[in-house]
This record gives sequence, structure tokens and C-alpha cells, in this order.
Amino acid sequence: MSVTPQDVEKVALLASLAISESDLPEVTERFSRVLNLVDELNTIDTESVTPMSNPHDMEQRLRPDIVTCEDNREALMASAPAQEQGYFLVPKVID
Amino acid sequence: MNWEIVMGLEVHLQLATQSKIFSGSSTQFGASPNVQADAVDLGMPGMLPVLNEEAVRHAVTFGLGIGARIGHRSVFDRKNYFYPDLPKGYQVSQFFAPIVCEGIFEVPLENGSLYPIRITRAHLEEDAGKSVHDEFAHETGIDLNRAGTPLLEIVTEPDFRSAEQAVAYLKALHSLVTYLGISDGNMAEGSMRCDINISLRKKGSDELGTRTEIKNVNSFRFVERAIYSEYERQAEILESGGAITQETRLYDADRDTTRSMRSKEVANDYRYFPEPDLLPIVIDEAYIDAVRQSLPELPTAKRERFLAEYGVSEYAASLLVPNHDMADYFESVAKASGASKLAANLILGDLTAALNRHELSITESPVSAERLGGLVSRVEDGTLSSKLAKQVFDALWEGEGDADQIIAARGLKQVSDSSALEAMVTEVIANNPDQVAQYIAADEAKRKKLSGFFVGQIMKASKGQANPQMINQLLLEKLESQS
Repeated sequence: MSVTPQDVEKVALLASLAISESDLPEVTERFSRVLNLVDELNTIDTESVTPMSNPHDMEQRLRPDIVTCEDNREALMASAPAQEQGYFLVPKVID
Repeated sequence: MNWEIVMGLEVHLQLATQSKIFSGSSTQFGASPNVQADAVDLGMPGMLPVLNEEAVRHAVTFGLGIGARIGHRSVFDRKNYFYPDLPKGYQVSQFFAPIVCEGIFEVPLENGSLYPIRITRAHLEEDAGKSVHDEFAHETGIDLNRAGTPLLEIVTEPDFRSAEQAVAYLKALHSLVTYLGISDGNMAEGSMRCDINISLRKKGSDELGTRTEIKNVNSFRFVERAIYSEYERQAEILESGGAITQETRLYDADRDTTRSMRSKEVANDYRYFPEPDLLPIVIDEAYIDAVRQSLPELPTAKRERFLAEYGVSEYAASLLVPNHDMADYFESVAKASGASKLAANLILGDLTAALNRHELSITESPVSAERLGGLVSRVEDGTLSSKLAKQVFDALWEGEGDADQIIAARGLKQVSDSSALEAMVTEVIANNPDQVAQYIAADEAKRKKLSGFFVGQIMKASKGQANPQMINQLLLEKLESQS
């Protein structure tokens, strides 16, 4: 499967990654190599196989609906680069 | 040109749980920012989600409430996008295998008929946090208290053809989920938010047009207005030969228009994949049966029962049933008085008017169902005329005791003693010879009108306590005998 530089740019945008113009040919090439491997896997007939959603053959454990967390804001916000009045601050987002 | 509107709705319903879907943080509304967000909600490295059993139960309850198929094995997936109020960079949702599969929801319309809406699916997911744009000059504030609140996203097929149907569906859904007790249904606090997928096509066409999605409309009235406004916009574009751009739009209630949300357009590719931190939810028949056993009587069934058992009108049922507290109140009054139609009239008339005036809900009514039942009984047995009933109601509202105490204290008994009434009628006729002459000269239609004068005089003379039916009868007899 061949991947175009445009495909790579789109994926980079979705993943919020910056890929420089000069790196683009090499990244495109490496992307293609990975996808070639996937193509090979795709030749296997999996018609009768149920898709696996988790490698563990177990089911989800449930917890009772009880509030167990106390207010721990100060500690949890300690590593935030910017905060004010209890809010995390991020660069202005405009809708 | 005549356009047909085609719509599907997605409702995000906040489930009534104490704690979040994957963490032990509280879901209570209105706390200070970020005090109800723990390490899981914040997406700290190494944190693992553990699923809340109540969220699962609520989802299954909903599915059974609309007769949908329950997914015996449902799976969480990651929906990937970047936004500051989504700290993990993905929302845990269900894409490939939802917990509630296809079903049909029958929506009662105003004319009493049922309009079936196909439910595509309903899936569990976590809510995102809240972005605060106005509080800070150069930054956006992020409050993650809401992050991880359990939501059930309920998706319909494109089965709506009018704004009225859409609103009727939302009202019926609101009624259903509050009956089921799976959500508080508080729209002002965002417990029920609606996305509207909307497109137009020429009348008679089978093809679907290009749609837009209006996000996050949070009141019945705004849903209706957003639909009208988007319909106008799309019709105008199509009529001038243009094409609709598939995009997400936001309804601006202040301007009553929708506008494009350009910032969200780029990321319309969510790259769903199974959430590796959670295992499949397995639901067996025994569990489903147990939930089914616990289902309360649902609005549609209650409506049927009210019509059959209490003989109330379709209209009265449509007002009494949607709010289950109101329905319970009505049943108590009907049982206490044994006069269900009168009970419905009084609840939907004087009581509702008074509650609205004081902005109270039915559960906050200062008049208990038992006391209102007492009043209804006194109207039913003829002790009180409807006019006197109004006076007694006002006194009940003011807390002056029960109906019988008020009647005794104020001497409000309706006069139904025929000899006393006859004397009043005779006196009024004797005192108003001109009006009597007019009455005698008048034709059938006019006589009816003129007799109102005499009734008014008699009611005045009796201080409103004369039995109006008896007065009417006596008056007619007397007047006829004069002519």
C-alpha cells in the first residue's frame, strides 16, 4: 500500500504532530512500509473469526456507585502550567 | 418550492448516578471548578477506569423501556480528538458494539395518536469537561468536574418530518427517562442535550439531501426554533441553486440563527478503536430479566389506564401523565375524592395556575393531594358550587385547614334548600319588572342571555352560595309562568 505525503500530513494533523517539510519523504516511506506489513496480514482469511476487542479473555468488573474521591484539587493542579480561580488555563479557544 | 424536512436526533442524557462512570468522583452539579475531578478524570498517566454498575443498569433499563434489543456483549471504544476540555485526547464511548441496540419508541402526538420513531442505538460514554471563555481575558478556563459524568447517547433514524414531531419526541423521552428514574431530566443543568441532524429534499423525493448537524441544543423551545431557522437557511440556499455544506453548526438563541463551528470541522475523523483499558461488558438474560421486573409503569401504559380507569379526557391525560409526580398526585386526589374528572379539572385548573404563579413544582404544592381530595368531594356532593370551590381552594393554598374546616369557618355552604332559593327568585323577579317585561318580549336566543341577569342578581343576594343549577331551573319555571 502506498501512502502519499498528503495522507501523512492529514494523519499528523489529526494526531497534532508537527512533521517538517524535510522529514516528510522519510516519514511517508516508513508509513508505507508499516502499511505494507498490514496488507500482508490482510491476505489472511478472517471471515469466521470474531474481532477481538481485548486480548484478555475476561469480562468487565463493575464497581458500586459510591463516591470515593475527596476534593484533591490542590495536589492535582500542582503540575498545571497555569491556573486561576480553580480553573486550568489554556490558550484562548475560539469556537 | 416545497421542501420536506428530514431529521434524526441524538440526545445526550446524563444518567442519575452518585459517582462518575469510570471514577469515584461525585457528579453533583454546581461545585467549585475542578473539586470533583480525580486523577482518572484528569487523564493522569497510569490511571485505569473502573465501570460504574449503576450506569450499566440505567442503560439496560432504558433499552427495556423502549423494547430495544440489549447488547449481550458491548465494548467501549476510544473516540479520538483534541480539545482542551478532553484531557485524555479521547472520549471513551461505544462505537462498534453499543449496549442498547435497535428499538422503536412510540411518541404520543397532540392528536392522541402514536408516532413510531426508530431508535438506532443508545450507547454509554463519558462527558467532557467545560470550557469557560468569558471569565478570562486572554485564556480559556477549564473545569473538569463534568468530565467522566455518565451519558447515554440515544440516536434515532432520520424519522422526523417536522419540528413538532421532534419536540414531541423529546418531551416523551424526557417523560420516559424520569419515569424510569435513570436521569433527573434537568435540562437547565444540561442533563438532556440534543444534536439535530437536518436536511431538506423536494417533496416526493426519496433521496436524502446533504445534512448539517446542530449541536447541543438544551431546551424544547430552542430545538423548535433552531429547526425553523436552519430550515429557512437551507431552503434559501437550495432555492438560489446553491449546495449545502455538510458541517456542524451551533444555534445562537440570542440571534435566532445557526452558525458554522469552523474549529471542529478539521477533526471530523475520530479513528475509533477498542478501548484497551476496559473489558467487554457482558450482560446475561438473568440480569435483563431482573431489570425488566423492576420497570415501573411507563407513560404510555399509564395514559391508557387513566383513560380507562378514571375516564379523564385525552387532553387531561396528556397533561397529567408526562410528569410522574403530577400523575401520582392526580391518582391520590382521585382516590381520596372518588371523583376523578372533577379532580383532573381542579388540578389542571386552579392548582396548576397557582403553582405556575408561584413557580412551584407539584411536589412543592402547599395543598396536599389529600386536602385537594377533600375539596373535590365537597364539590362532588353539591356542598360547594364551583365558585365557592375557588374560594375554598384559595384558603387551602393559604393553609387555613382542610376543606370542611374552611367551609365551616367561613359559612360557605352552598344553598340547595329549594324553598329558600324560591324565595330569592321570587324576590328578584318582583324587584325587576322592566327586565321581566323584556324577557317576556324576547325570542328564545335572547331569553337565554337575559336570564343571566337574574342569575347574577340571585347569586349576589345569596353571596355566591346559591346552587346555580337549582337557580336556573327555578328561574326558568317562574319566568315561563309569567309569560
